[in-house]
Amino acid sequence: MAETHLTPRNIPDRLEGRGARLLKSWESLLFVVACLIFLGNSLASPYFLDPWNLSDATFNFTEKAMIAFAMALVIIAGEIDLSVASVIALASTAMGYAVQLGFDTPALVAIGLSVGLLCGAINGLLITGLGLPSIVVTIGTMSLFRGLSFIILGDQAFTGYPDSFSWFGQGYVWWVFSFEFTLFVVLAVVYGVVLHKTNFGRAVYAIGNNQTAALFSGIRVGRIKFILFLLTGLMAGLASICLTSRLGSTRPSIALGWELEVVTMVVLGGVNILGGSGTIPGVVLAALIMGMVTFGFGLLNVPGIVMSIFIGLLLISVIALPILWRRARHRLAH
Amino acid sequence: MAKFLKNRELLLVGAITVLLALITLRFPPFVAPANLARVYNDTSILIILALGQMAVILTRCIDLSMAANLALSGMVAAMLNAAFPGLPIPLIILAAITLGTALGMINGALVWKLDIPPIVVTLGTLTIYRGLIFLLSGGKWINAHQMSDAFKALPRDELVGFPVLSWLSLVMIGLIFLLMSRTALGRAFYAVGGNPHAAVYTGIDVGRTRFSAYCLSGALAGLSGYLWVSRYAVAYVDIAAGFELDIIAACVIGGISIAGGIGSVAGAVLGALFLGVIKNALPVINISPFAQMAISGMVIIIAVAVNARAERRKGRVILRKAEAV
Repeated sequence: MAETHLTPRNIPDRLEGRGARLLKSWESLLFVVACLIFLGNSLASPYFLDPWNLSDATFNFTEKAMIAFAMALVIIAGEIDLSVASVIALASTAMGYAVQLGFDTPALVAIGLSVGLLCGAINGLLITGLGLPSIVVTIGTMSLFRGLSFIILGDQAFTGYPDSFSWFGQGYVWWVFSFEFTLFVVLAVVYGVVLHKTNFGRAVYAIGNNQTAALFSGIRVGRIKFILFLLTGLMAGLASICLTSRLGSTRPSIALGWELEVVTMVVLGGVNILGGSGTIPGVVLAALIMGMVTFGFGLLNVPGIVMSIFIGLLLISVIALPILWRRARHRLAH
Repeated sequence: MAKFLKNRELLLVGAITVLLALITLRFPPFVAPANLARVYNDTSILIILALGQMAVILTRCIDLSMAANLALSGMVAAMLNAAFPGLPIPLIILAAITLGTALGMINGALVWKLDIPPIVVTLGTLTIYRGLIFLLSGGKWINAHQMSDAFKALPRDELVGFPVLSWLSLVMIGLIFLLMSRTALGRAFYAVGGNPHAAVYTGIDVGRTRFSAYCLSGALAGLSGYLWVSRYAVAYVDIAAGFELDIIAACVIGGISIAGGIGSVAGAVLGALFLGVIKNALPVINISPFAQMAISGMVIIIAVAVNARAERRKGRVILRKAEAV
């Protein structure tokens, strides 16, 4: 906005210490909120603190969080991918189709991942190759990918997945730690390292802050964006495998509306929707918060659509509150 | 520029003609005037909504909450009618439009006063409005027998051979055309989207203009809410679910640039008609109605690709390489 350029910016002589910055960060606020919700849930429902119960609660967010990690990178780079839920539907439909042809688990996994990659490649090509705005392209592919599942499935459903396939969504690696939760932890570490410790991660921030400057500093902007969309597609494929395996069936309406929840998760995690800033620990905390809130509501018998009101309010208020807070502080200071 | 714009609408007219010709090959009665009038009538609500979305997109914003707004306003209209059958219909329509405008104002205020990106605001309000329908109705349906006859009859009643619904959309097209071309507000929509900084220096309040655009889209969504509910004679939580995409698709097909500032009333109307023809033609040429979603997705992508090529030609490119990224 034009007005914001006119306000003078005070640049301090010395940056605050690492500890002070950590305390004031969005992530610490999220951490406190997560602790409070955990406490509130354990007080509100006597069933909440059971380890198996908590393990069940993780299924609320693990699949969405897998996509949210890749989506965080896409949003930090200044783009968005609204087609992820439709990629899940298409990948799931492809796997269901393969089951009817008699393919077994390894082939199903390969098909799920490749459909995800292919969808990501289509998005990436349209956005980086033709230079189209990602929001419209992915609204289009959102309709196209889910539309294809509707063409294949109509009002039918694919079932009859092999028993060994159910492990991805229902299996446990050790004690109460499900395969999905383990995957979530591993991916969180991988994405955290990639974003915060590698040249690739720095390049993602650079693109989000100033694409032209990034290009002039020798960053292959197009290629990196393409990779990011590939990654998002791949993660959607992975999430599709987990979700399909957990549900044991495929309908074209599978994962309907998930793009909203994934974007909410990313934004709640402190990623700037306009690009340029955000962290993976923030997204992890946001995933935990959203998972616990929906699970806690579930234990209290709150209907799903009321939860979605809550998620919508959460999305708007997490962005609005810091702005209001900054304004109030500004007013007090002057 | 004017010549170019005219060309792009002609292009769309051409595309619709080709589409109709192809359909005629398979099913000749489709192009009978009476049937075309029916197709237009069926597309009327989409046209009204696309006009509102156009105003929002022109100002570099987007309104994903239009369909949810429609459903909420429609539900309230239906509930009013079910609770007070004696209430005059114009009053109910007024209530629906007022509620729609209020919901649009919420979007607009969040975008204007808090500078939250429009896509986030409307993605959030989309779920909130849908959820409110559930809270309001308790998940129950309002069925045809609960609505008064006058409530259901209005969009169907014929006036000089055409249903009121068709006439209403024609009136809206005319009004919005006048608003866009003959009023300061209409020109401000274009100015804000074309170059917000320049708009500020010409004395246009960018935020307020965006707010007005959201009010307009909200009001039209509210009106469509009544029309939808009375036409289909049912109201429940999920009416028009996913319709926001069709509305945006109509705009994108109609050549309204998602980057703001470019677009015309004729484009929005033709874009909506293009989708309307496809939707009505699929069943008669024996293509599964399930294919409609994939086709509109495909059409959005093609349309945005064509638009981008056309837009790239405008203006002087200073950093060719940087812009090509």
